[in-house]
Amino acid sequence: MSRSLPRIVITGVGLAAPNGDNLPAFRQALLEGVSGVELFETRYMEPVPAGICHFDQYKYQSKKAARRGTRAGGISIYCANEAVADAGIDLATRDLSAVGVFIGITEHGTVETENEVYNLGTYQNDVKYWTHHHNPRTVANNPAGEVTLNLKITGPHLCLGAACAAGNVGLIYGAQMLQLGEVDLALAGGVSESVRSFGVFASFAAQGALARNDDPTKACRPFDTQRSGVVVAEGGALFTLERLDDALARNAKIYGELVGWAYNSDASDFVLPNPERQAQCMRKALKMAGLTPDRIDIVNTHGTGTAQGDEFECQAIRSVFAGSTRTHTNNTKSFIGHAMGAAGALELAGNLPSFSDGMVHPTINLTELDPECALPNLVIGTPKKLDRVETILNNSFGMLGINSAVVVKRYDGN
Amino acid sequence: MTKDAIRQAIVDIIQEILPDEDMGGIELDKPLRDQLELDSMDFLDIVMELRKRYHIEVPEKDYMELNTLGSTIAYLEPKMANL
Repeated sequence: MSRSLPRIVITGVGLAAPNGDNLPAFRQALLEGVSGVELFETRYMEPVPAGICHFDQYKYQSKKAARRGTRAGGISIYCANEAVADAGIDLATRDLSAVGVFIGITEHGTVETENEVYNLGTYQNDVKYWTHHHNPRTVANNPAGEVTLNLKITGPHLCLGAACAAGNVGLIYGAQMLQLGEVDLALAGGVSESVRSFGVFASFAAQGALARNDDPTKACRPFDTQRSGVVVAEGGALFTLERLDDALARNAKIYGELVGWAYNSDASDFVLPNPERQAQCMRKALKMAGLTPDRIDIVNTHGTGTAQGDEFECQAIRSVFAGSTRTHTNNTKSFIGHAMGAAGALELAGNLPSFSDGMVHPTINLTELDPECALPNLVIGTPKKLDRVETILNNSFGMLGINSAVVVKRYDGN
Repeated sequence: MTKDAIRQAIVDIIQEILPDEDMGGIELDKPLRDQLELDSMDFLDIVMELRKRYHIEVPEKDYMELNTLGSTIAYLEPKMANL
């Protein structure tokens, strides 16, 4: 890093993906072309293709706690426990007031409010039937707060509302809190429970941007001429982040170093992306990392499978990486759909093993490339083996014009 | 409803609120809070379930009547006798 701030590393990964309940399983699915998209029943609509997680929600949480809390809280608790275990950290030996929980979310409270309004309708809208659990379930810090209750963490916690850039933004905030010395350990990333809201599907449908396909596993097809929109998914990924010196002192496994990041604003439209601002965001993250584009091995695209979104992102990537023969591009949503607030964190997690296995996972469901979506070395259909993967740039963009990019570098002891 | 049926109805509600707990050994005269992991939000759940399932209102001034299983049955008996 160009600034004299503490270096930040990823030492643990906990995730819930539609096609894997932990990093090895998720990675295997991504390398073997296994989709996690299925037909899903939602209120008021025909069944829709969606990415649904099947992790054991009672592994770390009582049935009572799950009943009282939210799906996003349950996903967060699962991911947090898995990340801490993966990092080899015994929280009983830590100062829990120096542990922070920072979780990116696209939205929160939509699911719980929809459910309660529906329930109220079955009681003739008599508000004495409105649950006393509504407010604690819908406060914006709910998912992170549920983690602190579960793990008895007394340091800071919050959720970061950053639309579909939130997974990256949660990670960035965790790193900054470590650099500031506000915490000694950060649980950071993103979660989403959006598939439990019919309104999220219905709104994409109203926008003409909800994917449909007779085969749900083929519904999410970024960059393909036949792409028809977004496949909504649920999931989560939380990382344990530590300062490099702390990680080395406890001889921790290091997945990679967060060497650069940026997030910025389009200031141009509610929903339409802005390729110029996206390119600016990537360049800013590269500058912080002290890397030129030709030093990036993998760019994980945001690509959701919408007509304009994919086209604009590809313009942005071409403008930054056009001269780089070393850079390969791929897409994770083609396997799992768009995990909204979790997307950035989950997709980064799915690519981290590239540092050890040297593989670039592909984008699937791409049978006819839209010429407007041509990308440098786009890996299609099957994984590609590289001699060595040193760097990953992870894109994640969201509505209201929020862009984020994170650069992670292999840690080799220097 | 008979006294036994009322008892079962209350136990069913508590079981739904506390799915992890064994309802087998609840003592009639011991405070429910001393036997089960029940907090104030759970008591509000009991009140809500009585409203939803049996259209019974438990005003706030009567919440103490739900202290034990025995006191709860006694309190609800006249309200549920004709159900």
